[in-house]
Amino acid sequence: MSVLDPKVPLDDDGNEVAIQTMWEDHKFDMDLVNPANKRKFSVIVVGTGLAGASAAATMGELGYDVDAFTFHDSPRRAHSIAAQGGINAAKNYRGDGDSIFRLFYDTVKGGDFRSREANVYRLAQVSNDIIDQAAAQGVPFAREYGGMLANRSFGGAQVSRTFYARGQTGQQLLLGAYQALERQVAAGKVRTHTHKEMLDIVVVDGRARGIICRDLITGEITRHEANAVVLATGGYSNAFYLSTNAMACNATAIWRAHRRGAFFANACYTQIHPTAIPASDEFQSKLTLMSESLRNDGRIWVPTEVGDDRAPSDIPEDERDYYLERKYPSFGNLVPRDVASRNAKIVVDEGRGVGPLKNGVYLDFADAIERLGFDVVWDRYSNLFEMYERITGEDPTKRPMRIFPAPHYTMGGLWVDYHLMTTVDGLFAIGECNFSDHGANRLGASALMQGLADGYFVLPYTIGNFLADKLNEGEVGLDHDAFAAAEEVVTARTKKLLAIDGSRTVDHFHRELGKILWDYCGMARNEDGLVKALGEIPALREEFWADVKVPGSGATLNSSLEKAGRVADFLELGELMVRDALDRNESAGGHFREESQTDEGEAKRDDENYSYVSAWAWQGQGEAQELHKEPLAFRYVPPSQRSYK
Amino acid sequence: MNLTLQVWRQAGPDVPGSFATYEATDISADASFLEMLDLVNERLVLDGDEPIEFSHDCREGICGSCGVMINGVPHGPQRGTATCQLHMRTFADGDEIVIEPWRASGFPIVKDLVVDRSPFDEIIQAGGYVTVDTGQAQDANLTQIPKETADLAMDAAACIGCGACVAACPNGAAQLFTSAKLAHLNLLPQGDAERYERTESMVGVMESYFGSCTNMGECETACPKEISIDFIAMMNKDYVKAKFRNRRSA
Ligand SMILES: Cc1cc2nc3c(=O)[nH]c(=O)nc-3n(C[C@H](O)[C@H](O)[C@H](O)COP(=O)(O)OP(=O)(O)OC[C@H]3O[C@@H](n4cnc5c(N)ncnc54)[C@H](O)[C@@H]3O)c2cc1C
Ligand code: FES
Repeated sequence: MSVLDPKVPLDDDGNEVAIQTMWEDHKFDMDLVNPANKRKFSVIVVGTGLAGASAAATMGELGYDVDAFTFHDSPRRAHSIAAQGGINAAKNYRGDGDSIFRLFYDTVKGGDFRSREANVYRLAQVSNDIIDQAAAQGVPFAREYGGMLANRSFGGAQVSRTFYARGQTGQQLLLGAYQALERQVAAGKVRTHTHKEMLDIVVVDGRARGIICRDLITGEITRHEANAVVLATGGYSNAFYLSTNAMACNATAIWRAHRRGAFFANACYTQIHPTAIPASDEFQSKLTLMSESLRNDGRIWVPTEVGDDRAPSDIPEDERDYYLERKYPSFGNLVPRDVASRNAKIVVDEGRGVGPLKNGVYLDFADAIERLGFDVVWDRYSNLFEMYERITGEDPTKRPMRIFPAPHYTMGGLWVDYHLMTTVDGLFAIGECNFSDHGANRLGASALMQGLADGYFVLPYTIGNFLADKLNEGEVGLDHDAFAAAEEVVTARTKKLLAIDGSRTVDHFHRELGKILWDYCGMARNEDGLVKALGEIPALREEFWADVKVPGSGATLNSSLEKAGRVADFLELGELMVRDALDRNESAGGHFREESQTDEGEAKRDDENYSYVSAWAWQGQGEAQELHKEPLAFRYVPPSQRSYK
Repeated sequence: MNLTLQVWRQAGPDVPGSFATYEATDISADASFLEMLDLVNERLVLDGDEPIEFSHDCREGICGSCGVMINGVPHGPQRGTATCQLHMRTFADGDEIVIEPWRASGFPIVKDLVVDRSPFDEIIQAGGYVTVDTGQAQDANLTQIPKETADLAMDAAACIGCGACVAACPNGAAQLFTSAKLAHLNLLPQGDAERYERTESMVGVMESYFGSCTNMGECETACPKEISIDFIAMMNKDYVKAKFRNRRSA
């Protein structure tokens, strides 16, 4: 058997137990920590987004002694705050045929059969508890006139299962979790450590026993010990430089954990969202997402002819190519994210892109306005139209919007078992930073669900099972050699970054890495490109360590220094993304290998050879990671080829 | 376009600061205000100088990290717009722009344009939550909430905690922030049980850090989410009631 044990509950004969009752039964089977003993266990939570704040708050309520760390100035600022569209749950309040099984089914299928069924089923099960919990906290979800919760259908789902709070669902859910967390701070159960960036994990005899942080204001390096460590540090889309993620999102916490022994899974599974505003110039700092709901009424097109420079209104109907409607008559503009993104890339690569940089496609509301009237369309999308106009200076009710795909979400992350524990004993990973339940592609409105499922309803149970037999284990002590050694690594790295004093800024290297990843490991990948990238990234990394310029000192707030450390880690992670993409010679979800497509140019999975989770083990600086495989079996949702024709 | 910036530089909380002048040349009108600062910083770094520190993260007007005084106005000239969403096309070629941190005794300066807003977290700790443990909740649809109530609560809950209200207020008061959270929770049935205790407690912490409100209304004008000062009136009413009730039950 592989070193990977997913720990999915088995019966006496070694077969997986029935999925419908697995989690309930397993909760009964797991060991409990006596309420009076919980305070004797300390837990470190790194990250206070949806996953981290909900986990820290819940563990505080249960009685654990919790320390929560964030590099933000307040837990309320985490990237989760930016989620717009909504959160899924299998409530079936609409009576439209939804169920836990259907949400499970859709998630496994949407993930293109590359996720672990047992985890996904549990996710669908606890989804309903999340809505109850959030409503009880006072999250102001949208309501109908009768006072019941409203729903909408999202991201091409065939049922209305998405709950939302205007266009600010992430904000309201995060504030709910943040407030629950601050309640525990007031109660003395949780201590929050803001402006603290975790820069290493301390592993003692194979067990995660603490972390090393840098205080971003004073530069002080500090050691922290606990009985268990939980990472909830978000995704790594910013490896691409330009993405829809907040500027500070980074992979340092999970990358440092990887280097300390946590396997990194499915690094190549990245989601490129089809509807972001295209970049306008070289100095663009990030890409702004336009909600996917716009595709419900907008029609996507480009000019039929290459190099047609006319204004959109001057291009007659018969010289426009509504390419999604043409190629996918049954789904049209509502094809899944990966299909919409890839097709936009194809037409732009053909030279039919629109806008000053020819890097976008039109999303046109003229027909919708004619059909439904201006007021109806305005009512549905006014906040998005205004946001678009603020950024581009163009009025989308008069001139079609320009959109283009942008890196948005990372399905890959630290490998975890059914208990959400990584391959390092006592080190857990929750939320977007684990490789999670989304397989090769995440459905809209399912990230908020997964983050809160992990934080409120899964980890607080499984961590008890881990801790139960460790009552009265001794402290390792902050003076332990492992703490000293880890601190030395952090201090030396900081010094080194400041000492290089080269000739190029951190952003320069980040942009260059982004270009390589976008060109060779973006929406479409092939062996030649990936091999090329595998040569270019280490060279860029070498150049970074020889020529980066980080001004200022390590003893104050120094944003260049913060960025430098993060980009240094992206330069290593980027290489793993490429290596993973090269290994997976099939197309699955967000990972499209040009070598593996149907005659019609659609993604083709290869279940015979690639029905596994890739989990990479760190082998040391300069060495290629070693690949471990967790085989995937589908007992409830038989794999099928997706088709949207 | 070309601009002249007067930027507040201050190396740390306890050292005096001063304005420094920078020429921001060749700025695209499509750049955002923060992208303009990025560019100025990139050039500063290449010249071996320390970049201007400023807070930011989402750059979509939702995380509440950003916020500077632009020509004396919190978040600059465009109403309902956070600094990160402001674009350079709102300025004219040749403009001089004065950029300062929030100026309020409740928000000490950390460095350059960065201030410490942690008192906001303390106000929330004083009662900005509903007392419910994970797993205690009943089915969400058992409590019906009229749409108008939910919408009004959402209007208040839209606050991003940036602190522009405090920066705009001549008294450095935090009434708009505090009342927005109180209104969000007090309007909903879930928050009703703790309404008066919450109000008295949060107002108490607020007053220990911030100035008093004299109804100038500057906060509402500065708020990037255009939160209404009606919520302050609601808070004041609840506070009077709370004082009365809480004393009786004490
Ligand atoms: C624009 C946008 C819109 C979205 N809309 C939706 C939607 O409608 N529905 C949906 O389901 N999903 C949506 N998503 C995805 C979803 O928002 C995220 O996947 C999710 O919020 C991630 O939550 P998290 O708790 O895992 O991480 P984050 O919210 O990213 O939190 C990470 C936390 O870790 C901390 N941290 C990180 N590294 C360190 C370190 N080294 N030391 C200390 N602290 C650290 C940070 O300070 C932060 O507190 C959207 C994403 C984007 C970008
Ligand atoms: S950077 Fe988030 S609100 Fe401006």
